[in-house]
Amino acid sequence: MTFRQKHLLGIEKLHPDEIRTLLDLSDKYADLNRLSGRHAFALEGLTQVNMFFENSTRTLASFELAGKRLGATVMNMSMQASSIKKGETLIDTALTLNAMHPDLLVVRHPHSGAVELLAEKVNCAVLNAGDGRHEHPTQALLDGLTIRRAKGRLHRLTIAICGDIAHSRVARSNIHLLGKMENRIRLIAPPTLIPPGAADWGVEVFDNMAQGLKDADVVMMLRLQKERMDGAFIPSEREYYHRFGLDDKKLAHAKDDAIVMHPGPMNRGVEIDGTLADDINRSHIQEQVEMGVAVRMAAMDLLARNLQEKPDGVMV
Amino acid sequence: MTTLFTNARLIDPEADTVTIGQLLVEDGKISEIFPGSVNIDDLSTKPVIVDCDGKFLAPGIVDIGVKVSEPGERHKESFRSAGLAAAAGGVTTMVTRPDTTPAIDSPETLEFVTRRANEASPVHVRPMAALTRGRHGREMVEIGFMLDAGAVAFTDCDTVVQNNKILSRCLTYARSLGALVIGHPQDPGLSKGAAVTAGKFASLRGLPHVSPMAERMGLDRDLALVEMTGVRYHADQITSARSLPPLQRAKENGLDVTAGISIHHLTLNELDVGDYRTFFKVKPPLRSEDDRIAMVEAVASGLIDIISSMHTPQDEESKRLPFEEAASGAVALETLLPAALRLYHADALSLPQLFRAMSLNPSKRLGLETGRLAVDAPADLVLFDADAPFILDRFKLQSKSKNTPFDGQRMQGRVLATYVSGKPVFERS
Repeated sequence: MTFRQKHLLGIEKLHPDEIRTLLDLSDKYADLNRLSGRHAFALEGLTQVNMFFENSTRTLASFELAGKRLGATVMNMSMQASSIKKGETLIDTALTLNAMHPDLLVVRHPHSGAVELLAEKVNCAVLNAGDGRHEHPTQALLDGLTIRRAKGRLHRLTIAICGDIAHSRVARSNIHLLGKMENRIRLIAPPTLIPPGAADWGVEVFDNMAQGLKDADVVMMLRLQKERMDGAFIPSEREYYHRFGLDDKKLAHAKDDAIVMHPGPMNRGVEIDGTLADDINRSHIQEQVEMGVAVRMAAMDLLARNLQEKPDGVMV
Repeated sequence: MTTLFTNARLIDPEADTVTIGQLLVEDGKISEIFPGSVNIDDLSTKPVIVDCDGKFLAPGIVDIGVKVSEPGERHKESFRSAGLAAAAGGVTTMVTRPDTTPAIDSPETLEFVTRRANEASPVHVRPMAALTRGRHGREMVEIGFMLDAGAVAFTDCDTVVQNNKILSRCLTYARSLGALVIGHPQDPGLSKGAAVTAGKFASLRGLPHVSPMAERMGLDRDLALVEMTGVRYHADQITSARSLPPLQRAKENGLDVTAGISIHHLTLNELDVGDYRTFFKVKPPLRSEDDRIAMVEAVASGLIDIISSMHTPQDEESKRLPFEEAASGAVALETLLPAALRLYHADALSLPQLFRAMSLNPSKRLGLETGRLAVDAPADLVLFDADAPFILDRFKLQSKSKNTPFDGQRMQGRVLATYVSGKPVFERS
């Protein structure tokens, strides 16, 4: 087994072998999850705290379920409503929580780098469930697993990531992961939604769906993040849908067996055609959700194993 | 009292030379400079001898843009602690910023600064005043009264006066009094909310970013108004290559314009931010390595006139936050010279070039007599060993705030002693 991380803060820090280890174990958990009586005991006796400083339904539910299926005691804390409003700093919140001795801390925060800052101050293993526009590692892992199961491999594929790249942590984590696994990555978006310098990331950049999707094996759509837009990035949703929304006509430029993915939640009729999203032959969106639980089980399992190898009582 | 500095390597930024010689100080002024050695018996009075042991003696640093957090945030920095830090860093004149709480925008607050500075600081303090009341960019301050009370320049610091009509009136009025106005070239719309410079690195980190073009746009606007009003203008920090052509043109066209840069933009680049290290968050944000190199060349050619510390104390609480929310700025009074010596050791700038930018030019721009090694100039001097290596420990800094980006880094060159008006204000034991 190759997985030496204390925390899972981002894909950027992982070695390709560590990604493979994670995906291999996720595969096993994905199979287990399809059985009835699907309980494992890897996290029995451990405490998992989900600390979300930003709204989330899907990711929170996925982490909660993953922890419970592995036998952990799971607590959810919605931090928007609590001490942050009272002026407590992130560090103080972390130290308070640390004193309760959790084993696994799952954190989502609206600011890039905040999860890393928090991880420096606590003893437990920290999982990044999304920090600002920086990284969302478990999403990239579940996307990688979905692709590997659908395509039989996770290398030498042409993968198009389309839409709001600028505001997307999912895109950044996926670019790291798919790049480390030696795939060809294309970014397709209007230039206002491509972050500056993206062409230097080892990807190809397009502002035209027909060119960008040509012969792609995988088409990953991103949600238009209206809540993160602090100005005008696109003229209107209908023009965006016309030029960049995925429909059958645009998808025809990709390979015949190309799969369609979306991290959710979807804006139907903005970035993706509703019928296409529901097409069980092309769309792997439901499978992504399923793989999400498996990947989070694997990530927490591996981190918990490393946790037990550490001597007790090391205070930061 | 008479002091003779013997066996010194004298750095003369005016003559662009380093020579071995002796320097005689009488009544707080440089009274004579002898090349080579001098026979003490020839002197009329018996001087106190300071043997410099072959180390460098240079005019003390005149640092434009020091933030002393008094009034308002004395827990971050006081005139006492800033003065001690300045003395330990070879800075003999602190030119203080008005972006305190409240802002230094009236003769009364200015008088408070002068009084506190005189009682608490071992080095000279020359205060700057705000250009508009409360630095809100709406009404101009009493420029005339403030000049009389000792303000050496007028600046709203990093707050840009957005209304061009108001700014043009401020500049016109300042022009009539011969006052120096210091601008912060930055387009406020483009740079709003930005924490780092736009590029591959910032985008990967997912941080809000600004193109260096915002600085060029701000400079273009300011220079147009300078051309219109004829005011004496200094740009506080020019940090990107794109701003250099308009600056060059303005100087060639005879506008009374100078430009500065902080030591951090000359010695660090955007990659130093690494994994969200907030001690490297400064304003404007650190630039690319290409920009840094272009700036060093611009200092060497004299296009950029002045190097300053942009000393900005921030306590731990302001910095231990997610990068976007963390406060900007770094303390630098004590690290200015050691960091600048990195450029000397890298053969990028000579010692006379460095002291031209740190002592002579700022002094000339503010109309002070310091900054030169010349007969009758004030004996504000710094004695330093350019080679002494050390590892910087931020907790040993004199500043109350310890937010230096150089913590734990290897530095080469230390101040041995600092003299203000011929009297030692710092001596390394």
